[in-house]
Amino acid sequence: MLQLSKNPTIDTAAKLVVVTVAMFAFVFVVMVPLYDVLCDALGINGKTNGEAYIAVNVEVDTSREIKIQFVASNNAGMPWAFGPTVKLMRVNPGAVNDTVFFASNPTQQAMVAQAIPSISPARAAEYFHKTECFCFNQQPLDGESSAEMPLQFIVDQDLPDDIKTITLSYTIFDVTDMANSAVASR
Amino acid sequence: MGDHHHGPAKGLTRWITTTNHKDIGTMYLWFSFSMFILGGAFAMIIRAELFQPGMQLIEPAFFNQMTTMHGLVMVFGAIMPSFVGLANWMIPMMIGAPDMALPRMNNLSFWILPPTFLLLASTLFMEGGAPAAGWTFYAPLSTTYAPPSVTFFIFSVHLLGVSSIMGSINIIATVMNLRAPGMTYMKMPLFVWTWLITAFLLVAVMPVLAGAVTMMLMDVHFGTSFFSAAGGGDPVLFQHVFWFFGHPEVYIIILPAFGVVSQIIPTFSRKRLFGYDSMVYATASIAFLSFIVWAHHMYTVGMPVAGELFFMYATMLIAVPTGVKVFNWVTTMWRGAMTFETPMMFCFGFLILFTIGGFTGLMLAIAPADFQYHDSYFVVAHFHYVMVAGAIFSMTAAIYYWLPKWCGRMYNEKMGQAHFWVSFVGFNLAFFPQHFVGLAGMPRRIPDYALQFADFNMLSSIGAFIYGASQIMFLYNVIATIRSGTPTSEEKTWEGAEGLEWTIPTPAPYHTFETPPAVK
Repeated sequence: MLQLSKNPTIDTAAKLVVVTVAMFAFVFVVMVPLYDVLCDALGINGKTNGEAYIAVNVEVDTSREIKIQFVASNNAGMPWAFGPTVKLMRVNPGAVNDTVFFASNPTQQAMVAQAIPSISPARAAEYFHKTECFCFNQQPLDGESSAEMPLQFIVDQDLPDDIKTITLSYTIFDVTDMANSAVASR
Repeated sequence: MGDHHHGPAKGLTRWITTTNHKDIGTMYLWFSFSMFILGGAFAMIIRAELFQPGMQLIEPAFFNQMTTMHGLVMVFGAIMPSFVGLANWMIPMMIGAPDMALPRMNNLSFWILPPTFLLLASTLFMEGGAPAAGWTFYAPLSTTYAPPSVTFFIFSVHLLGVSSIMGSINIIATVMNLRAPGMTYMKMPLFVWTWLITAFLLVAVMPVLAGAVTMMLMDVHFGTSFFSAAGGGDPVLFQHVFWFFGHPEVYIIILPAFGVVSQIIPTFSRKRLFGYDSMVYATASIAFLSFIVWAHHMYTVGMPVAGELFFMYATMLIAVPTGVKVFNWVTTMWRGAMTFETPMMFCFGFLILFTIGGFTGLMLAIAPADFQYHDSYFVVAHFHYVMVAGAIFSMTAAIYYWLPKWCGRMYNEKMGQAHFWVSFVGFNLAFFPQHFVGLAGMPRRIPDYALQFADFNMLSSIGAFIYGASQIMFLYNVIATIRSGTPTSEEKTWEGAEGLEWTIPTPAPYHTFETPPAVK
């Protein structure tokens, strides 16, 4: 058995200090990354891919149509007008689809926003591929201006048959302070 | 040797510089009692506001600060330090050690606490008020929407974590290294066993709590986004980290209580504890299981069904070792020559009420049913049955049980019995109706409620006031015992008591077991 001190009491205490430090490190080195990995792997929280999906050539499955609903909401205190231009699309699995969201900043100040997506049912998250999304980047907008924000996606042809409707929800957050201090990198 | 026997130093500096386990134990106990009164005062404000529907006395924001501070002060200020105090007093005397293994660290771990709680309480007077996100301080309520005082709150959580960890290291070092010759692990009194396991739990999870509040601190001040969805983090992560600490924490609170009850019931049943070995293994199993059940506090966050099932079954599994304990206590009493002095009465109260709390816990463990109970007063009723009737009743029993040994004077038995009955009735009146209002849909942590809950809430408030008042009787009885109780010098205060602490003179001398006793 490893001995940290000749005095048995100090030895016990020293080992326990090591355990304490290890458990503190465990939170940051294991729990936080593990949580992210598990959420990605299991599609928990309906988290979608955070980077552009590289489309592969597949045949479009014309035998079924999937309803895609778009929902948009503002995080508390976010003054922007934000929403989908089309609320409902019917798409075939395998096909590339385009749509546009709009955003406008009614305030006098330039602001930066970040949209966070979520898929419902969460099981569908891994079958919903975004090849282009405004949510991959932050969206800056000058005061009293507006923008159209593109979204391009493919529903995987392996989507389970029992899923007929997918809801894609975006919440828009005000990240002006974070973008200014430019340390938000996690 | 004779020349080195000395009593305590004189004056106030005795208490500041002392390294004597009995002095430090006493300070822990008085400190935790003062926190019990403070946390109790917050509870009285809560119950006064809830006496009738509608807004009566305080603002909703202040109400939230009260529920938050009540929980924090009771968990970290009253219950945990009280058991650490008891450990300080009793563990060396139970294992035949002259003192704790690290007496100076012992002094430090106590003296960190009063300034810490002064700091925590001072947030009530700061701009924006005290933290108001509940004792579980979920992000983003405790980060994005927190008052500026949250920084002081985080610092005080760090400090009390340091204090708890030092206390635990001390207890483990004492139990592992200072046992008298012949005192093998499987001969240790059960109170020592439960504390040894509790101390390991503390060392394992207090750093996790420190990690959680450190992440909060970084989110609030240093621009990280651990818990902020806007920056790629996730508020649900906070709940996972918090409950990874929080679930073992509830066993940290209740295991020493199990230990106390396992000492007292055999004494007043005049029988050996039934199933000593199974008690030890049950304690260890509960400690192990506590690490794999945390998400049963958060069934409603949207976990996969497999996750809900795993946490549900793992949680229900805890009922097995807990059941072993309850049956062992009952079997210990079976055909025993029982008497019903105050400590035994409180253990009875514990046994009945804790079991009720355990059953409601089992109800809450059932994931599909939990969706109705979640965040309702049913949960409040459940955890007060295990925290108050579990931890605090057994703590009260412990004080009555060992007080004559500590100060060489007997408490007033009649007043002790009265204290028991008043607090038993008050407690049940306060918390039993909360099961019903909870099942009927009254959410927890609200200052106002729908009219149909009015009667039960009024009963609940009356019960809470009775329970609160009964603690004044307790305080009076303890002070009266110390100052003018009937002197007793019997080594065994209770005829059925077993253990090394009953072999030393009464009152316990300032220094005990300077030569280790021989344990057969």
